[in-house]
Amino acid sequence: MIEQVFNGLVSGAFFALLALGLAVIFGMLGVVNFAHGAFYMLGAFGAFIALDSFGLPFWAALVLVPPVLGLAGVALERTLIRRLASADPLYNFLLTFGLTLILQDAMKTRYGVQSQPYPLPIQGSVNLLLFEYPAYQVFVFGFSCLVCVFAWFLLARTRIGMIVRAATERPELTRAFGIDVGRWVAPVFGFGVALAALAGVLAAPMRAVNPLMGADLIITVFAVVVIGGLGSVLGSAAAGFLIGVVSALGNLYVPALSQTLVFILMAVVLLWRPAGLFGREETLA
Amino acid sequence: MTKRVSRTVAATVVAMGLAACGGGPGGGAEKISDGKIVLAVLNDQSGVYADLSGKNSVEAVKMAIADYKAKYGDKAVAKTIEVVSADHQNKPDIANTKAQEMYDRQKADIILDVPTSSAALAVAGQAKAKKKLHINVGAATTALTGDNCNKYTFHWAYDTYMLAHGTGTAVTTEGAKSWYIVYPDYAFGQDMQKSFSTAIQAAGGTVVASDPTPFPNDNFSTFLLKAPSLKPSVIGTMQAGGDLVNLVKQYNEFKLRDKGIGLAVGLMFINDIHSLGVDAFQGTKFTDAWYWNGSPENRAWADKFQQVAATRPSFAHAANYSAALQYLEAVQRAGTDNSDAVVKQLEGYAFEDVFAKNGQVRAEDHRMIHDVYLAQVKAKADVKEDWDYEQIIKTIPAAEAFKPLSENTCKLS
Repeated sequence: MIEQVFNGLVSGAFFALLALGLAVIFGMLGVVNFAHGAFYMLGAFGAFIALDSFGLPFWAALVLVPPVLGLAGVALERTLIRRLASADPLYNFLLTFGLTLILQDAMKTRYGVQSQPYPLPIQGSVNLLLFEYPAYQVFVFGFSCLVCVFAWFLLARTRIGMIVRAATERPELTRAFGIDVGRWVAPVFGFGVALAALAGVLAAPMRAVNPLMGADLIITVFAVVVIGGLGSVLGSAAAGFLIGVVSALGNLYVPALSQTLVFILMAVVLLWRPAGLFGREETLA
Repeated sequence: MTKRVSRTVAATVVAMGLAACGGGPGGGAEKISDGKIVLAVLNDQSGVYADLSGKNSVEAVKMAIADYKAKYGDKAVAKTIEVVSADHQNKPDIANTKAQEMYDRQKADIILDVPTSSAALAVAGQAKAKKKLHINVGAATTALTGDNCNKYTFHWAYDTYMLAHGTGTAVTTEGAKSWYIVYPDYAFGQDMQKSFSTAIQAAGGTVVASDPTPFPNDNFSTFLLKAPSLKPSVIGTMQAGGDLVNLVKQYNEFKLRDKGIGLAVGLMFINDIHSLGVDAFQGTKFTDAWYWNGSPENRAWADKFQQVAATRPSFAHAANYSAALQYLEAVQRAGTDNSDAVVKQLEGYAFEDVFAKNGQVRAEDHRMIHDVYLAQVKAKADVKEDWDYEQIIKTIPAAEAFKPLSENTCKLS
């Protein structure tokens, strides 16, 4: 049972990293980034390509791939997302959805749909007092926790974080204080993309690396963000771990419901707390 | 009067001329409908089965046409042979519409391949309604030759019964008496779970537990953590494609093999081994319908295939070649592409080709029976080249490999 909860936390780590990026982007840009799953997939492929074409091990990929894709995210924001910023949010939703299809098909054309091989970087298992667990999965859990704490620190305790938070909640007022909000939009988008890519790199050794790997995941991640509270950074991360545990236990005890469980939970949360578990209700000033 | 006669003659000549345009000189206009044979390949060209069937199945069918033409030359009944193809995205509704379009508008005489059981059953229904042929290669369900069989539908490569009775029986009789079955919760998985349970029990084994898993799913740890407490000798996984890769990766992470829990895979294509590398599967036994390096003849065909497809063929590719070739041979024997005549030629026909050894099309249910193989994944040290992954350890004779007619529920109509 405790093992199963831990297993849930490990898969929750992926939800948390992805939801975190999605929440940051939504908060700052108001963009529902459907391409997030595709960046997760590109992260995993980045690790595979680094190893396959350049002989770079997992650890190098972990350091290199997220910044590279983060920069690609910045470029994407500058060239495409920005143009639609003033239009209905639906336009950017469609843009990122289309982008997802293009990225998936581009990878399919090059690599096919069959999964690509990727070795496990850490062998063996770790004794966690109560049970033994594969070392790599323990690493994934610990590392994602660190990243979540780091992201929280960045947003809550630094000057950049303060600007980003202020710009998220009251963009006009922030501008009135003489802060150039626009300057921070692209880096935040890039940061969110880099988090998705990081989750992808972490997934490569333990999950099937193929062009469709992000497509199924992204729907669940949207539910996670809604449960956590749209735009609430810490809430998304916490909801990610929660959903991981819920779906792992659901798989075991109510297999027939396991796939709908997340969405039932989402519906319940929305009825009970429309702003999400950790979101604050918008009040008209 | 003469004027009217000459007009009729002229019209007939024009009509024949038009027919001949399609059929080529002396194309036997009335014997071949529309003056040409159209082979349609309907399969998954963008999703999970795109690599193991997909566009390369179309190439395999073209190879069959080339071989047929080379064999009969001027004597070929079918002078003009076309290939059309479409992507059904593994969705039964799309498969249904595409099949209609292929039979009606594209004048397809036969639809080939069609992986995904629900899509296959939809196409079989269309074949029956339009009285045109369907030879299924890619789908696994025994319903095609069971409850849902019909006069115009044939099943060529494999089915769930064959997989279960090959792998389930062999692994159980070799000593893995207790099984923990993990299967994806949809028609194929449920069908596999039933077939395997029956085969395992018949061979003297027991199924300690079977768990349905979400589909698709990327976290199988839940079930792998549960496994040790059940103390099975083997985990039987019925997952396919990306889900199989996920499960095997996680199986290896939990080191269940070291804990004495083996792995048996219900349906495995050579592409799956390629995805994970032989290390991940080393020693795993499974039933294969055909292996590209299984004989010099297979290898020669695989070399030709590689020239057009730039990869090694899966058994589905070879089976599509065989199905197209045997269809054209049946047209040749019948002297026409009339569906009823071709069906008559196929029923009961015994043959050999590169795919089918001791092949025979059963007249009673349209199951094509052929020798199948129990294969084992090679150790890395034994792999001599790319795609050289399998060791054939046993040939299961055609008569034993497939569901016996005595158990069959098919009533052809």
